Amino acid sequence: MVSKKVEDALFRPLSPEKRGQDPIQRPSLSAWKETVINVLKNKMAILGLTLLLLTIFFAIAGPTMVPFTPSEQNLVATNLAPSAEHWFGTDDLGRDVWSRTWYGARVSLTIGLVAAAIDVILGVTIGGISGYMAGRGKLGDRIDSFLMRIVEILYGIPYLLVVILLMVIMEPGVVSIIIALSVTGWVGMARIIRGQVLQLKSQEYVLAAQKLGTSHPKIIWRHLIPNTAGIIIVNLTFTIPQAIFAESFLSFLGLGVQAPFASWGTMANDSLGVILSGQWWRLFFPGFMISLTMFAFNAFGDGLQDALDPRANK
Amino acid sequence: MYIVKRLLTMLVTIWVIASLTFLIMKIIPGDPFASDADVLPEEVLENVRAKYNLDEPIPVQYLMYMRDLATFDLGISIQSETRDVNGIIADGAPASALLGTQALVIALVFGLLLGIIAALNHNKFLDYLSMFIAIIGISIPSFILAPLLIKYFAVDWGLLPVASWGTWEHSILPSFALAATPLAVIARFMRSSMLEVMNQNYIKTADAKGLPVTKLVISHGIRNAILPVVSFIGPLFVFLITGTFVIEKIFAIPGIGRYFVDSIFNRDYPVIMGTTIFFSSILVVTLFLIDLSYRFIDPRIKLTSGGE
Repeated sequence: MVSKKVEDALFRPLSPEKRGQDPIQRPSLSAWKETVINVLKNKMAILGLTLLLLTIFFAIAGPTMVPFTPSEQNLVATNLAPSAEHWFGTDDLGRDVWSRTWYGARVSLTIGLVAAAIDVILGVTIGGISGYMAGRGKLGDRIDSFLMRIVEILYGIPYLLVVILLMVIMEPGVVSIIIALSVTGWVGMARIIRGQVLQLKSQEYVLAAQKLGTSHPKIIWRHLIPNTAGIIIVNLTFTIPQAIFAESFLSFLGLGVQAPFASWGTMANDSLGVILSGQWWRLFFPGFMISLTMFAFNAFGDGLQDALDPRANK
Repeated sequence: MYIVKRLLTMLVTIWVIASLTFLIMKIIPGDPFASDADVLPEEVLENVRAKYNLDEPIPVQYLMYMRDLATFDLGISIQSETRDVNGIIADGAPASALLGTQALVIALVFGLLLGIIAALNHNKFLDYLSMFIAIIGISIPSFILAPLLIKYFAVDWGLLPVASWGTWEHSILPSFALAATPLAVIARFMRSSMLEVMNQNYIKTADAKGLPVTKLVISHGIRNAILPVVSFIGPLFVFLITGTFVIEKIFAIPGIGRYFVDSIFNRDYPVIMGTTIFFSSILVVTLFLIDLSYRFIDPRIKLTSGGE
């Protein structure tokens, strides 16, 4: 036992006149509170978030605002320009473009969110295990290098090429797209998380926790996950638009969502032939919505990144 | 030593890709000769299948394919029996290579310029303008931008040909449509990298010693700031390759990307596999060259085979 060498008598309370010499300049804030405040201060992030909420609102409510269903054909009302009845016009089969656009928003957002969620779960698990196991004996190194070999090979194949090949084997549809996107989508996240965990592992506070005998799950839960959360969230805001882009890319090629269902990509593809004849609304609305959604996610992600970056604080 | 190890890894990667593609092709439902089944007698169909080795058990087919692959023979197309896959790739390569190279140059030159201008005018009008252009470029997918370019530049204003391939004028619109997104990404990369570098102490020292601004920016700023951009060239290549699938379709360009997409709809196994292996090999070689190039750009980096 170490005896209590330092006696309380050696310590005296600070004299009253010395108190308050170093006043704390700013109110004390938790990390999350500070992040929220920084995000709210960032104009681009707020713009992105507002646009996203609007898109989600219209994706839910949009198709119900008009008396047309997205796949309902009306052959006497084909190729109509936007009007009071058909707000975004109609296509060559007389389908209402407003209703199809917002139905497409549902498809795109669902695919984007679900695929990105799967990517994060797989990427964080695999990257986390790999990074945590590296340098932990022979077995740990083997697990790490095995996982990283898989990542390396998958990283060497063009993402959309794999997705296209997988779409060829599976029945086209929303579930197949999500599966195809998830098969290789997690690789980027896994690499980032592994690098992050490797770096965090050698930080003094983690070493201290280890020396004090803290268990592995507790170290992962208390130290590693909270410190990578920012990067995960920022990455998520870039993974979602990537998945949305991939879906519309596939649908544009004819490998994605199939008729009669609508998606922004299929609508853009259908309108290719008619844009030259002046029916601008058929390309404009789905194209504008893809671009707006991509913009909104990117703007929000950028703002979030700035807000979470400690170096960016003035 | 490092280079030998990397070359071996590259070969393994290409082998894995070829095997996976082979496996996927065998799982695909549907027979490439399904549409002929009603017209042709059974004996003829059997002969045709035998010609493509489809009558052999799958492991034998795999070994035969790997044997051919080792001699760079990618087989014969099923759709047009007179053509081999090597020939199809050779036919499509010039158009795709021209398109890809032009897009690469456009993206790099304009992207770097935009990023440097933005960084040197930090928080001023030119910075906001450049970043506005960049965010638009990132938001609009190439398959939306391409029809818009056709509508305005080709149809309404009649400046450039609408589609097809032939003269150099035909390649301008598709190259820009393909380059727009990577250009924007490079601009943003370069801006943030340049901003960080220009705040370093050695820049301040050089500035204080009276180095002319152009020399300061070019030999101290850009040289150090360009490294993160080099690491983006790998993903850029992937982006350009997959981008050609839609761009060549929209502009009716006879390139490899269009053959690839057509072959998927025709269930033309040898062409699908051949083009996939071709694209992957290009990418693997590019990634290798990029790793090697780090050494010349930044002498501080040593090539090692290990992790961090």
